[in-house]
Amino acid sequence: MGWTGKVLRVNLTNGTVQSEPLNMVWAQQYLGQRGLATKYLAEEIDAKCDPLGPDNKIIFATGPLTGTCASTGGRYSVITKGPLTNAIACSNSGGYFGAELKFAGWDMIIVEGKSPKPVYLSVADDKVELLDAAEIWGTSVWHTDEWIKAKHQDPMLHVATIGVAGENGVLYSAIVNDLHRAAGRSGVGAVMGSKNLKAVAVRGTKGVKVRDGKAFMKATNDGKKVLAENAVTGSGLPMYGTQVLMNAINEAGAMPTRNSREVQFEGAHDISAEAMATPRKSDGQKNLQTNQACFACTIACGRISKIDEKHFTVVNKPQYWHSSGGLEYEAAWALGSNTGINDLEALTYVNFICNEQGLDPISFGATVSAAMELFELGLLTTAETGGIDLKFGSAEALVKCVELTGKAEGFGKELGMGSARLCAKYGRPDLSMTVKGQEFPAYDARGIQGMGLTYATSNRGACHLRSYTVSSEMLGIPEKTDPLVTEGKAALVKAFQDATAAVDSSGLCVFTTFAWTLNDIAPQVDAAVSGDWSPEKMLEVGERIWNMERMFNHRAGFTARDDQLPPRLMKEAAKTGPATGLVSGLDKMLPEYYQLRGWTADGVPTNETLSRLAV
Amino acid sequence: MLKALVIDAGKCTGCKQCEMACSLENEGEFNVAKSRIRVFDFHTEARFVPYTCTQCAEAWCQQACPVNAITTDSMGVKIVHENLCVGCKVCTIACPFGTVNYNASTGKVIKCDLCGGKPACADACPTGAITFQDAEQGGFDKMKIWAAQSANAATHEGPNTPKASQAAGTGH
Repeated sequence: MGWTGKVLRVNLTNGTVQSEPLNMVWAQQYLGQRGLATKYLAEEIDAKCDPLGPDNKIIFATGPLTGTCASTGGRYSVITKGPLTNAIACSNSGGYFGAELKFAGWDMIIVEGKSPKPVYLSVADDKVELLDAAEIWGTSVWHTDEWIKAKHQDPMLHVATIGVAGENGVLYSAIVNDLHRAAGRSGVGAVMGSKNLKAVAVRGTKGVKVRDGKAFMKATNDGKKVLAENAVTGSGLPMYGTQVLMNAINEAGAMPTRNSREVQFEGAHDISAEAMATPRKSDGQKNLQTNQACFACTIACGRISKIDEKHFTVVNKPQYWHSSGGLEYEAAWALGSNTGINDLEALTYVNFICNEQGLDPISFGATVSAAMELFELGLLTTAETGGIDLKFGSAEALVKCVELTGKAEGFGKELGMGSARLCAKYGRPDLSMTVKGQEFPAYDARGIQGMGLTYATSNRGACHLRSYTVSSEMLGIPEKTDPLVTEGKAALVKAFQDATAAVDSSGLCVFTTFAWTLNDIAPQVDAAVSGDWSPEKMLEVGERIWNMERMFNHRAGFTARDDQLPPRLMKEAAKTGPATGLVSGLDKMLPEYYQLRGWTADGVPTNETLSRLAV
Repeated sequence: MLKALVIDAGKCTGCKQCEMACSLENEGEFNVAKSRIRVFDFHTEARFVPYTCTQCAEAWCQQACPVNAITTDSMGVKIVHENLCVGCKVCTIACPFGTVNYNASTGKVIKCDLCGGKPACADACPTGAITFQDAEQGGFDKMKIWAAQSANAATHEGPNTPKASQAAGTGH
């Protein structure tokens, strides 16, 4: 009920597959998906292992609401030790793959070892096979999806695959499902590549049942009503997607621009949601064609875009003239504002290539941005870039970079390391806008102070989705706080981190929390599975998950020194906008945060905290 | 009044809530593989299209059935009687639209029966892409849109007054 109660264990070294019962004691403590799979991983691997070695494991995990009619109930997560960070990694994706895995009868797939040759995993209900991937190794996400469906004569199956980036060990390569939804961050795709596992193809014809059908329909219908009536989830996101933020964040002076040297981008409007929805001067067509929902989602924030066929990026490439996944806010920022590029069509093309080759556009864009600053300083020259004139604002340079990075050719090989390793190699580690080696996303820590603490303490390296305090600091959800002050932010970040960890373990999308609190979510979980799931229990599970992830990183060798922001954010004040004169107040927030968490001054969970939470 | 499912593909987001509602109603579980309504993803064309049985007035599935397992109820709905169906699949061949399908777990065919007059898919659709309406008025929303376009194209030359001959009813 809710859970299928079955785990699929795949050993690539031996080529074996087996079914085992889900650990129901852990399910009550960690719920599912992010929490439960992290528990399995933390119990089964050495936290110090090489993330790209055979001792690492990679888990595809659903939550109890995945594959139900609960709005957004289609999520899955990929949990592994991340090669970009060497920390715990958990990347969450939508589309249809997660629900299909559930319909095939599995709560999660644990993949271990390393295959001697390229393979893909085929799961059709109980029929599980490792099949030869020689013909698709070296090919793109899009080709692999098409090839597997043709090979199995089944257009209804769903594929999660790596592109060439994952095969080539690009440290921020993604796992892409349903062509343009991705478990995008922390380099989970490179882990698949290191195991010679090209793809997972799933077809499920079993049903998902819930504990109390009547209560479930009531709770999920109540939830859908709240989403439909909320301004963000009922109108802003379906109309404009996450790109609704572009102009708002820019005006708030919280838009990292040109490698965070500035906090406002003069070209933001050109790459905004409004620009996507306005007919182009060139051909009179709109970039945005329609919106798309992931499985079971009644918000439908996804963008489907089409590039101007005459644009320089695709003029002789009809294979990119169709509609596909368009720009989300984070990608538009990373590829655009952060590189100083205001060419919407070029950014859409680069985003297509990120999907096709399996790259995280956030880390890719942020790495190019850092490289552009190194280039401006003369630390990188055309000798290293292979002739690419890597200037801020150059769409041509960005396009060349993306075409080389997934393939790990020429300068693309350098870019594939990520900005931390790149900047260290060229002598300026301070220019890497990262925490724990992961590039931070589209919110400047000077203009939105809570996001500084969010990035610094995120267990998977800098990330906005671990505690999206933008909701509170910018949008007033659940209540408005001042983005420019540090007071109260430690508690705010902790509360968001714990609640989000629970949501990420349920099968639901965190975007529901623009409208829902745990009071809306807990009744849906409780009606689906046994265990008396109250909002309080959800929050406790979230806090347990957070501390478990923290302990994994502690065992992997992380310390309080890794909870720091780049010096630029701590020393160089914002020069324009509402945050003018401000630097990040992380030094004020962090000690308070450790204390609220029940951690030592060195950021280690105390024994009391661990035993209180039964970690 | 005969009612029918009216599908406006332009409003579909591809969320599959209709498929889940259908499988829950008919199978007692969430199982899109067993749904009588299907959403097709033509995302390269930026289109998502729900599709199901239209309850043909002259139903080929019904005519092809060798054991008379498909009957028409008072609302024009074509219903498969599981106790009579022998799973021969001839109806799945006869249906020009592919909306009658074989269910391997029961050995019978399944098709939309409008949930006995209260289709779960229409209730579940969050965007109004699937509605249950008077069968004779299914096209009126589209007509209205086209009518509005032709109105926009027409030139307005001030208030419209009836021509004397017509107003006086002397046309005949």
